[in-house]
Amino acid sequence: MTTVTSVILEIENVSKRFGGLLALDKVNLSVNEGEIFGIIGPNGAGKTTLFNVINGVYPPTAGRIKFRGEDLTGLQPYDMSKRGIARTYQVVRPLGELTVRENVTVGGCFGRENLPLEKAEKVADEVIDFVGLTARKEMLASKLNIAQKKRLEMARALAARPIMLLLDEVLAGLNPNEVADMLSVVRKIRERGVTIIMIEHLMHAVMNLSDRVFVLDYGAQIAEGTPQEVSNHPKVIEAYLGDPKVAQRFLEGSA
Amino acid sequence: MNFEILIASSLDGLTLGFVFGLMAMGLTLIFGVMKVINLGHGPIIVMGMFTPLVLSQAFGINPYFGLPVVIVLGLVTGIVMYFVAVHRVINAPELTTLLATFAVNMILIGTLTILFTTTPQALSLEMGSLQTGTITILGTRVVAVLVAVVATVALYLFLYRTRSGKSIRAVANNRAAAELMGINSTWILALSFGIGTMLAMLSGALLATLFGFTVLSGSGYEVKSFIIVVLGGLGNPTGALLGGIIIGLLESLVAVIPLPVIGSIPFSWVPVIEFVVFILILLFRPTGLLGART
Amino acid sequence: MKTFSSPFFWLVLVVVGGVSLLPIVTNSPSLREDLFLMLMLVTLASSVNIIMGYTGYVSFGHIVYFGLGGYAAFYLMQNFSVHVLTAALIGGVVASLIAFLIGIPVLRLRGAYFALATIGINEAFRVLVNNLPFLGGSVGMLFSFSAYEPYGGGKSAQQFAYFAMVITALLTIATSFIIKKSKFGLGLMAIREDQDAAMVLGINPARTKVITYAISAFFPALAGAFFFFKNGTILPETAFELHRSIESLVMVMLGGYGTVTGPIVGAVVYERLRGFLITNPTLSQAHLVIAGALLLLIVLFVTAGVIGWLRQRFPAVRRYLE
Repeated sequence: MTTVTSVILEIENVSKRFGGLLALDKVNLSVNEGEIFGIIGPNGAGKTTLFNVINGVYPPTAGRIKFRGEDLTGLQPYDMSKRGIARTYQVVRPLGELTVRENVTVGGCFGRENLPLEKAEKVADEVIDFVGLTARKEMLASKLNIAQKKRLEMARALAARPIMLLLDEVLAGLNPNEVADMLSVVRKIRERGVTIIMIEHLMHAVMNLSDRVFVLDYGAQIAEGTPQEVSNHPKVIEAYLGDPKVAQRFLEGSA
Repeated sequence: MNFEILIASSLDGLTLGFVFGLMAMGLTLIFGVMKVINLGHGPIIVMGMFTPLVLSQAFGINPYFGLPVVIVLGLVTGIVMYFVAVHRVINAPELTTLLATFAVNMILIGTLTILFTTTPQALSLEMGSLQTGTITILGTRVVAVLVAVVATVALYLFLYRTRSGKSIRAVANNRAAAELMGINSTWILALSFGIGTMLAMLSGALLATLFGFTVLSGSGYEVKSFIIVVLGGLGNPTGALLGGIIIGLLESLVAVIPLPVIGSIPFSWVPVIEFVVFILILLFRPTGLLGART
Repeated sequence: MKTFSSPFFWLVLVVVGGVSLLPIVTNSPSLREDLFLMLMLVTLASSVNIIMGYTGYVSFGHIVYFGLGGYAAFYLMQNFSVHVLTAALIGGVVASLIAFLIGIPVLRLRGAYFALATIGINEAFRVLVNNLPFLGGSVGMLFSFSAYEPYGGGKSAQQFAYFAMVITALLTIATSFIIKKSKFGLGLMAIREDQDAAMVLGINPARTKVITYAISAFFPALAGAFFFFKNGTILPETAFELHRSIESLVMVMLGGYGTVTGPIVGAVVYERLRGFLITNPTLSQAHLVIAGALLLLIVLFVTAGVIGWLRQRFPAVRRYLE
């Protein structure tokens, strides 16, 4: 691990209001280049909203988003994509009537590298091998099962050769085998130098994988630190049903 | 400006507006409940026009006494049409339901043309007229407005005071939740469709008492219905009524009211105004004047 | 470019081009008339497919560009003795420009709202033209007899119009192909499948949609120019006939939306069927009923259309049958 780390993403005092609902409340966080940064929190805590704000799906009501030193607040998702921020969805969104290959090619064509069609197709082939979907390259995306769709989602994001990847509950709906496979894919991505921010509910996974973890509840930060620090934090334990047994599992998972 | 002409035109527009409102209410109800635009709206209006004609020509029944037949026929037609053309694709993207209802449009117009040819028709109705001072209103208009008002009130009572009506509103609001509460959404959707077509057919019958018509008259009224529905707010029956009245007044008053500099607008420009308003509303206030409601 | 190396591309063009030569070879004016209409429908259907099939935006009132191109060209030919080719090209540019300007606000609408807006646009132009005396108002415009002289007389003008339509159809098909196989086309289809996901992947939908819409307006305008040149007369009712617009949608659905050959197949099948029904003594009355029933069956059971179904059923064919 490098000792000199630079901050790649800064979220400064970001709040997001939907009418009367305050979904994000003065969130402050910074992510270091090359790390795996986990975001956890109870349901409805605002995790996906945070992603949506980082990614440009909606602008924050207040606060700034800085990526690699550049202020990106309020830009559109396609501009974010061109700057190297890729994202997967919690509920997968495959382009159903297109094949796996076509889906992934879209990522390469319109992402950061903005490749012409043929180069994008080559990148797509490579990325499809990387995630292990080679056998289903010519299948229609709508015909894949959930695990394969998750991999497609991942491949599509990777084809853009992003600098930072936002993974929204990429393990949800997978059985233990599939989870293990996906985790190894995530590790491989990190090895390629991509910064990863992951929202996860699967505690042992996120605690195992993350360098640092950020905990959200009711749109506000309640803890930040290494997995060890976070799982011992009283507020975190309280947020997750206040059950000491849950905390015990945290500790076991990150040991 | 001749005050009496103004009043006469306004009354004209108002009465016509109520009938237009009734016509559009059916379309907007269907959209509000199931997000389907019924492109078969036009020929269904025409069916409503021909039913009293047939009844009066074949059985000598006064067209007004034929209205209950129209109502029943409208309901049945809608329910059948729902199950045949719409039910299977109710959750498909909009294009599918648009084309499905358009297919029914083609089938209906084709059938009507076979039965009646495109010869112009008219209901001969001697209804006399009402007179107050120098203002005369045709009797047919008076009856048309009364029927339209009664139908509208009946619709509201149905939607707000009966169990089925409340179920319809529930399904319109959130189909999944309504099903979870035990409402059979399939039958409710079919019923809503039936009520929508019933209102359209009824308005057709009323329009037949006012104007001549042919098998092909439907498309003009269908497009007018689109305008009214968007004006009032897609899915909002009160909006449809309001929109109908506005359009009715617009059509009657435009030729009569002189504007500074331009003088009075020739009647042939009225459609232009209507379509421009239509497009502007879609672009800048797509929820319509009263807000689209589910 | 990738398209030009695809043998299927040339195959389709050669087949369409070859069939178009039949009336010349057989010296049959009636066949030529039939094919003129057919090629025009192919042009209209393929153009609607570019916006609807690739992007998913259903342009119900697309025929407006047929009318706008027709009127612009006719006006220029009538009043300034412009040659039909130049007039048609100008008509095409005018239509594309209008489509571009209208598209910017209107393509922000989704689904049914967009469909309704396009109907409104067609109707608005129809009633507007109806009121404009310099375009002939409700009576329309009519060529004088001498109008065809620069082309060598009426008969030669008809032949000329035919060839012009052949070229137009081929151009439309070629454009459809090129778009489909290009990066631009891939972006369109991503928008069709999931516009929000497409945005996150880096596609700017607003700009892409408007450009596509403008392109899709060019070819109907050309077709309109040649059609009304051939007819010698133009009226608001015939130029902005909403029914024709909806028929081209039917053709696209029948043949298979989002494919290049789908609209061609759909146009041919629809028109042949219609022709057969109308001339058949027992069924002629029922042509609308039968067409409607057929459409309903397709919409309910074979949504992908003929070509789409073939591509789904036989994945091996999918690579080649566009």
